[in-house]
Amino acid sequence: MEPMDLFDVIGPVMVGPSSSHTAGAIRLGRLARAAAGFTPVRAVIKLHGSFGDTGRGHGTDRGLVAGLLGWATDDPRLTEVSGYAREAGLSVEFQRADLGRVHPNTARFILEGANGETCELQGSSVGGGAVVLTELDGWPVELQGLYDTLLVSHRDRPGALAGITGRLASFGLNIATMRVARQARGGQAMATVELDHAPADKVRRELEVLSEVLWTRRIDKL
Amino acid sequence: MNVAQARLTVAALVEAAEAKEVSLGELALQSQAEFSHTTQDAVVEGMIARLNVMRAAIERGLEGNQHSMSGMVGGDAAKVMARAPRSVTGGRIQTAVARALAVSEVNACMGCIVAAPTAGASGVLPAVVVTAGEAAGSSDRDMALALLAAGALGAVIARTASVSGAEGGCQAEVGSAAAMAAAAAVELAGGTPRQAAHAAAIVLKSALGLVCDPVAGLVEVPCVKRNGMYAASALVAADVAMAGVESVIPIDEVIETMGQIGRSMPEALRETAQGGLAVTPTGQRFACKMHGSADRWQLD
Repeated sequence: MEPMDLFDVIGPVMVGPSSSHTAGAIRLGRLARAAAGFTPVRAVIKLHGSFGDTGRGHGTDRGLVAGLLGWATDDPRLTEVSGYAREAGLSVEFQRADLGRVHPNTARFILEGANGETCELQGSSVGGGAVVLTELDGWPVELQGLYDTLLVSHRDRPGALAGITGRLASFGLNIATMRVARQARGGQAMATVELDHAPADKVRRELEVLSEVLWTRRIDKL
Repeated sequence: MNVAQARLTVAALVEAAEAKEVSLGELALQSQAEFSHTTQDAVVEGMIARLNVMRAAIERGLEGNQHSMSGMVGGDAAKVMARAPRSVTGGRIQTAVARALAVSEVNACMGCIVAAPTAGASGVLPAVVVTAGEAAGSSDRDMALALLAAGALGAVIARTASVSGAEGGCQAEVGSAAAMAAAAAVELAGGTPRQAAHAAAIVLKSALGLVCDPVAGLVEVPCVKRNGMYAASALVAADVAMAGVESVIPIDEVIETMGQIGRSMPEALRETAQGGLAVTPTGQRFACKMHGSADRWQLD
């Protein structure tokens, strides 16, 4: 069992009313923005289960938008987030949806960037403000924002992972956990690498130089 | 003794505090500093920052000029505070109730609070610590230690049972908050660690079986007023324990029991808004009004 921080018991400091439906929504939106890797200008967000049923009253919709803008859970501007979204050029539509057999507090994001980038992501708020992003453009992922994380899309070739982990080691970065998924043998693969320290921007640049690496994204610890 | 360790009981905390001749708060302070690799001063400072967020929420709520989106919550804290000087139960209890309502109203109205242990139960601990601290003439440091004592209690409860309404009903949220607050009040009033444990047991026993049945699924009704009622109970439990009354069933067994009751609670009574007050005719009217029909919307 993980050790317990008393500041997690007497905390977090957050804007109400609900740790799962408000603070969790903000964290989920932040994760989605980071995992998408671009600033969204248009978003359709599908809300499942309790998120769809009680989300408006809990400010889940506002929280998700605040998260897409990169705000923290204690940002006092939450009630006025729609004005800030407009200013930032972000338009969002919410839809109630049945996303199947998923956690009752689940949201699906369909994001578009200013340069035509798109990304579809899904994640859940699993209680007490804890969240998990479970899908990124069809890839199964498990991002909780508990670590500074790198997503590394690469080709499934011998030595590809050795190249990635070798570069991380050369920067003195210790890997806390690592998961790899692939579409098909020899096809595109995705590594989720959770690190003990935040990677500098040049770490990503160095990884993207590797011939087997397609792209990388950095998801900061929440 | 480390509050962060996996298998921890309140009894073990009390024994460790007695052996070191320190309060529960001092013990929790030592443990937290060790756990987070920082100084005790830094931990106290961090807790004082949380205390200040609590105080600001109390003040904001007592202004009495905000209402939640559903219209069910707002303005009651100010009413209760205004009557405190003429109160049947004595000004101090009524003041504590007003403060708990204030924080819970701020939470329902999307203001800033400290989840303690959750957002839904965030009114109890600030009300009790500020009110008991005022009564004892406590310093900010004393109140930070009381919050740490409460945190240690909460850590044991979270480990052994649950602090989530969806898992364990309202007993796990407001019951846990009240147990934590009762221990904090004893700490502030100069009681012993053993008395703090008895106070926590006495108030938690009175919350056993309490279901989570939020109208329209919102953290408003009955959550806000329950925060007020259990703030009063926590203060009273502290006095009862400091009078020398002991809980026959020890706190650790009460916590275990709370967890077991939570696990055997039907899902309709665990934050799903499918039972209890949520399905009363009035509750359902509010639910219809709130969640109407819109299947698509944008922020206003």
